Amino acid sequence: MKSELQRLADRAAAEALLDVAYATADSPFGKLLLAQTPRGLVKVSLPAYDPDQALQELAAQVSPRVLEAPSQLDEARRQLDLYFEGKLTEFDLPLDWRLTQGFRGKVQRAIARIPYGQTRSYMQIAASAGNKRAVRAAGTACGSNPIPIVVPCHRVLRSGGALGGYGGGLPMKEALLELEGVLR
Amino acid sequence: MQVASRVSRLGLWQRLIQQVSALPPFQILLDDHASDVMAVLRGAVGRSEAEDCFQETFLAALRAYPKLRDTSNLRGWLLTIAHRKAIDHHRAKGRRPLPVAEPEARIAVEPNDGIALDSGIWSAVGVLPPKQRAAVALRYACDLPHAEIAAALGCSPEAARRSLHEGIKRLRKELA
Repeated sequence: MKSELQRLADRAAAEALLDVAYATADSPFGKLLLAQTPRGLVKVSLPAYDPDQALQELAAQVSPRVLEAPSQLDEARRQLDLYFEGKLTEFDLPLDWRLTQGFRGKVQRAIARIPYGQTRSYMQIAASAGNKRAVRAAGTACGSNPIPIVVPCHRVLRSGGALGGYGGGLPMKEALLELEGVLR
Repeated sequence: MQVASRVSRLGLWQRLIQQVSALPPFQILLDDHASDVMAVLRGAVGRSEAEDCFQETFLAALRAYPKLRDTSNLRGWLLTIAHRKAIDHHRAKGRRPLPVAEPEARIAVEPNDGIALDSGIWSAVGVLPPKQRAAVALRYACDLPHAEIAAALGCSPEAARRSLHEGIKRLRKELA
């Protein structure tokens, strides 16, 4: 049955019927769920989050045409593997931003510009998203980042240097910052 | 003021309804029903052709899925499409007689399908007329009740029962 399902996913993609392709990827923190639309990577769901719930949300928010299609996500998985090995400092993947809009969308794009191994404060992010007083909103927007790791919200800290929060849990945020040489 | 709050309440309801009635990810349909659909198609068109019909069935389902209103019987919906694809397949092949005894065409079912099919019986099922064949396959490969067979075949439960009955009668004669 496996080869039939693989063939179905390939044909669905070729006939523009595969709106959301997903696959799981191993990480040092557990299994990640990756989802992609024809525009690009739309969702990275962290191990702390229920993958079935994530798929339900994708079905409701993007399209119910959701299929498991690992081959479609080969490139994203390859880059993530390299990143976790410390061998990749900049992701080169098309992103689909449709799950964040308005100010949140601006915050996500500002986060995406933080270079590897550097950090910013929530206040700096609010400013580079165009409203330096919206610190709290910037914090919320970090917390609702649909594409964590690739859009590196783990590089955003409190002004005093405290870690702040992280959707995948603070130990994961710490580990990512250690990997990038920010913490040791 | 009142109008505004009614409008926003309406919006809230619409969002709630949208969430509650949201279609499940299509992959769940595959996980739950793909092996049943394959079993029905093997009964209806034979093992070697079932694979193509399987692809056609799920591509058609995928195409129609976002507009599907009634999600109460997704299995019946998929089996209905599978049945139509099996009929299309027979039409496309025209009235040519089916190869009854292909040397390697043993209708053995993979272990994970969970159905033990006797190859002799199923090759006899393979030469029944399409409706009888589909009824027999749905009844004995998928263990569907008459009402669901009727839904899948797009006929009345009476007609489904009749097709099944005729099919079995003929099988008895063939195998006697």
